[in-house]
Amino acid sequence: MTVRLIRSIVGLALTSAILSVIMYRLKSPLAAVFELSVCSGLISVIFVTTVSFTQRISKENLHIRRRERLLRFWYLPVILVVTGLLLAQYLLFPQFVLPMLEPIKELDVRSVLWNSRHLDLLGQVVMLLAGALGVVVLFKESKK
Amino acid sequence: MLSLFILLPLLLLFVLNLPIEFVRKSSFWLACVLLLAQVLLVLMHSIFAWSAYPDILRSFFVFNLSVDNLTLVMLLAIGIVALVSLIVALCTIIEERQRFHFINLLLICVIGMNTIVLVRDIFSLYVFIEVTSVASFILISLERNKAAIEGTFKYLILSAIATIFMLSAIAFFLLAAGDLSFASIHSAFYNQENNFTLKIATSLFLCGLFIKSGVVPFHGWLPDAYSAAPACVSVLLAGIVTKVAGVYALLRLFGSVFVLTPALQSIILFAGAFSIVLAALAALTQDDFKRMLAYSSISQIGYIVLALGCGTPLAFAGAIFHFFNHAIFKSLLFVNSAALEKQFGSTDMNKLAGAGSKIPVTSFTSLIGLLSTAGIPPLSGFWSKLIIIIALFSSGRFVYAGIALLASILTLAYFLSFERRVFFSKSEPALENTGKVPFGLRFSEIALSIITAVAGMVFVFLHTNWILPLRGIFW
Repeated sequence: MTVRLIRSIVGLALTSAILSVIMYRLKSPLAAVFELSVCSGLISVIFVTTVSFTQRISKENLHIRRRERLLRFWYLPVILVVTGLLLAQYLLFPQFVLPMLEPIKELDVRSVLWNSRHLDLLGQVVMLLAGALGVVVLFKESKK
Repeated sequence: MLSLFILLPLLLLFVLNLPIEFVRKSSFWLACVLLLAQVLLVLMHSIFAWSAYPDILRSFFVFNLSVDNLTLVMLLAIGIVALVSLIVALCTIIEERQRFHFINLLLICVIGMNTIVLVRDIFSLYVFIEVTSVASFILISLERNKAAIEGTFKYLILSAIATIFMLSAIAFFLLAAGDLSFASIHSAFYNQENNFTLKIATSLFLCGLFIKSGVVPFHGWLPDAYSAAPACVSVLLAGIVTKVAGVYALLRLFGSVFVLTPALQSIILFAGAFSIVLAALAALTQDDFKRMLAYSSISQIGYIVLALGCGTPLAFAGAIFHFFNHAIFKSLLFVNSAALEKQFGSTDMNKLAGAGSKIPVTSFTSLIGLLSTAGIPPLSGFWSKLIIIIALFSSGRFVYAGIALLASILTLAYFLSFERRVFFSKSEPALENTGKVPFGLRFSEIALSIITAVAGMVFVFLHTNWILPLRGIFW
């Protein structure tokens, strides 16, 4: 619901990080590492690169847009709260809850991150470098 | 040793960005040495111990990588095209700062592409496809003009859709196979025949890779991206990036990991044939040389996809050979377009009448590139297309073989039209008083022409030592 795109991107990355923690708690370290890798890393860099093509909103437009956005999307927090309440009610009726799938592998998240998926970590480092370079090339150069 | 293909470009990237003026000024030569080393390492691969690691690397940087004949062909193509792109950048990017940014992004592309061809895990493959794609987005819009940013946006949006397809497929593979290594997924296909999850995952991944490869009808981004990008970036994109990030993944996964069912084969064959014909017809109507080459690329990628859909080891070997040949002769043609753009400031064929007489090296080498693309003997393109057509005939796919054969006539038609308009018509007065094409562009044109011609003439040697062994990779 924010007007500033960068805040949306940061929000997305934080949501993904929280989702990774939830997946870890549900004993799926592999899925947690992938979620962290893809959404907090790769997708965020793509979004930031895209945003670097855009121009910053002016202060006058910022106030107008903020008010407009609250009026347009007021139902989103309402839907979120109602869905949460419904899901909580659902859990009180175990016969409607789907059986949880077995964890795919009983692995420690450290061994997943640093041993089996360390090449993906390197990929994310390179991706971050690419994103930083993109911002310099596309954003900083245009300001000059 | 294999990790060095990833770590050395990464190390160079860090070194180039240190605040040392001498290193920055030598960035072109350092990158040249690295890419030349890659080409030489592949050509002399039997001499070096690929599995040997110094102990210090063994402690930190041992990745699960593997090499076979397909990987070697890819690494060679990556090294050659990246080197040519670097030389073209030296001649066409005047501003030193912009050239430095190009070199940095080129190194990131090389890291991405080298890792794509070395990994044997589908998630790592996806990660490095994205690394290569992000570097490509930035490269296309390097000059920040309207056409380039529009081309980048189209590529970005379609790439994002491809990402959704591929990630969804990866989730299904993880569910079905329990692991994302190629071996585990391959076993899952054998142990769980008719598993609906695997079928959905394969279809989704196919759509994602078709978008990345620019196969019709997912090709919308390709002509705009290729034509609007700076000359050196067009060479890189058309020569190797699109192929490694899309076509190689198709060859590797559908050739040796996934099971190619009759339904999938029909889809892939149809997509290949459709790409060949539609793109060739579109190329006939183009006035801009770079756009014509972009549609030609889509058409030639169609041949590779057609061979993959055929599903026989010989077709697979033909697809890989055509992949390599296309990387070389398409890069040559884009270097020719860079020379035209550099000398005359335009790639509009209507404004370049008779330009050929002013730039004889470009004119002659473009003829080699075009004839190889059209499949005229004894150039390399003829042999790879012949293998594909023979494989299609042998497997009973006569209609597709006929389409592949007849489409070569269309290819010849649009390229001869270009040659007539640009190189063999009367010279425009505006084109008088043009200087020589820069040495770097002429050198690249001659080198790529020699590779195209020699690869065709030593076909018998290549056939026995490189092409036939490629059949063994096909499951």
